[in-house]
Amino acid sequence: MGDYYSAFKCLVELIGRPLVPPPITKKTIELGFKYSPETVCIPFKYNLGNYIEALDAGADVLCQAGGGCRFGYYAETQEHILRRLGYKFEFFKLNNKNGIIDFARDFKRIAPQNSYAQIAHRLALCLARIHCIDAVSDRVRKNIGFEVRLGQMEKIYKKFLADVANAYSIVKILALKKEYLRQIDLIEINKPADCLRVGVVGELYMLMEPFANFYLEKKLAQRKIEVHRFVTVSGILKEYFTGDWFIKRHLKEARPYLTHHIGAHGTESVARANSLIKKGFDGIIHLKPFGCMPEVSAMAALNNLARDRRAPILYFSFDSQTSEAGLETRVEAFCDMLYMKKKKMNNNEQ
Amino acid sequence: MNSSGADMPGKARWGVAKRGARWYLAVVEKMDNIKKNKLRVGIPRALLYHKYGKLWEVFLRELGAAVVLSPETNKEIIARGARLSIDESCLSVKIFVGHVDWLKDKVDVILTPHVACLKSGEEMCVKFMALVDTVRNIFPGVKILEYSVDAKNFETEAGGMILLGARLSRNPIKSILAYLKAKSAQETSAREKKEAQAREFEDARRDGKPLILIVAHSYTLDDNFLGKPIIDYLKKSGICVLRSDRINAGKARKMSKKISQTLYWTYHKELLGAAEYYKDAVEGMIFLTTFPCGPDALAINLCQSKMKGIPSIIISLDELESRVGLQTRLESFVDVINLKKCRKNK
Repeated sequence: MGDYYSAFKCLVELIGRPLVPPPITKKTIELGFKYSPETVCIPFKYNLGNYIEALDAGADVLCQAGGGCRFGYYAETQEHILRRLGYKFEFFKLNNKNGIIDFARDFKRIAPQNSYAQIAHRLALCLARIHCIDAVSDRVRKNIGFEVRLGQMEKIYKKFLADVANAYSIVKILALKKEYLRQIDLIEINKPADCLRVGVVGELYMLMEPFANFYLEKKLAQRKIEVHRFVTVSGILKEYFTGDWFIKRHLKEARPYLTHHIGAHGTESVARANSLIKKGFDGIIHLKPFGCMPEVSAMAALNNLARDRRAPILYFSFDSQTSEAGLETRVEAFCDMLYMKKKKMNNNEQ
Repeated sequence: MNSSGADMPGKARWGVAKRGARWYLAVVEKMDNIKKNKLRVGIPRALLYHKYGKLWEVFLRELGAAVVLSPETNKEIIARGARLSIDESCLSVKIFVGHVDWLKDKVDVILTPHVACLKSGEEMCVKFMALVDTVRNIFPGVKILEYSVDAKNFETEAGGMILLGARLSRNPIKSILAYLKAKSAQETSAREKKEAQAREFEDARRDGKPLILIVAHSYTLDDNFLGKPIIDYLKKSGICVLRSDRINAGKARKMSKKISQTLYWTYHKELLGAAEYYKDAVEGMIFLTTFPCGPDALAINLCQSKMKGIPSIIISLDELESRVGLQTRLESFVDVINLKKCRKNK
């Protein structure tokens, strides 16, 4: 769940029970792998491990979303596996078929003491928090590599998360966003105008869960690289509410490599990579869990993109065997290569 | 200035007429060429061919195209497909790519359907949605003949194919007639297959033969490399083999609700429905999947764990062929089934 813990907290508080944020550890992953089907993708296994640990810690309401590929079928399979393990719980499914009204109705069933107005208010709060967290974290991501005094930005970001978790009006949340964006801008940074810029695209869980991608963004930032990422919860929500319009825009951006929507975030990966390369980004990093269906289709298009535009694209496929050291080595080599390419281009210009 | 301006329209008209005549002659020549040497359309013998093969063949032949079918899957085709496609693609897509590679120098265009959604409220595996783009990206020079089926956007199979036919023959009525003929041929052959299975099922029940249901997609079962050896082996061991793709699809979709409520893949609904339909009659079930099939990983596992009391195995096939391991597993499974049958008879 990453930093969004404080956003969802305000919804869960309504139920009148504490939110159990299960930290992902090695044990979580082991549990997930033990009980999952063998060839299912990594996010399923992480989620299942999370659930088991949360249930052991006393949780009795679980929540799972749904999406365009296999993700939409996670909920039922996970519920079945957990029930077979003998756990008793309420499972809260946010499917792609259900609208916002169904969500409110389901929520009311779990927490009958609240009125619909209260639920709507909390939902709006939750959305506002997500929006603010995404806005601030985006700014942090782009600048954190260039701090003069290390650790300042992270400190401010942590304080921001704590403050947001205690803000209960939309006006206050938006004011917090403004305030903290200003504070971040005030931090002294040493950022050259032509710094390296890298876009991170791919599957959403791998992008959003820093533990799962071994803190890839941090690693890039440490090497003085500006990191851009577009898949965030607010981005996904925007996509959900605008529907086909978003897909059509992505398809336009992905031309000529794609002609049809290829499912889930595959189209978006290609579209973003294509437009970022056109904008002059130095490299693209593509993340996906092993066997991710839409992203594998996207890779064929990305390969062509890399060949046509001589763009460096680094692919990562995560499974249980992926080690942090291997990732570190490849990221390091990729960054070195980008720096060398940049140097060569600058020399040629002179 | 004035005089030349007055002459212009007349000149322009002559120019238009000349250009028109030239264009007409060119079209006539082109049509003659097409009539003389027919357009060669390649159909890869993989994925949806095993479901819609008859439809495509009859349709294209009616429209005067020469149909070139790729051969049955063999080792060479699989090797080609595995070399060309992304490593993590599923075996079925790799086989498709291999067939396209075999066809690409021998034909003018290759038929590749884009099937995103067959029924509203249901979905296809995303690999079918991306199939056209996969082929286009792997073979940049190859011309693709595509039609699109997407029930969410009101693109039906009939509409897509008739448009395709109108493009091929330049005659919409001919295209509609061809589609109707092809569709009826396809439905007849599908019905015959289903009836044959129903007859076999009745016969086997009367004779007391052991029954095994194979739960797998048509493109796995009909493939010369994947499903056929397994079916042949089972038949040789005196077992009546039932196939999950040869029962009434509508009935199967309804039956699948009993196993899973939120399942949304059209073909998996049919698979699970078949499992539910036959579960009391059969002695065992074989789940056949191609590695790493995304939807199968969830749906098939769920189905197997809900089929209590029925011996079942999941066989996952990949391009690294070691038939020995498979042979051993099948043999022991057949032994289990025979034992169960003996006990039942006593």
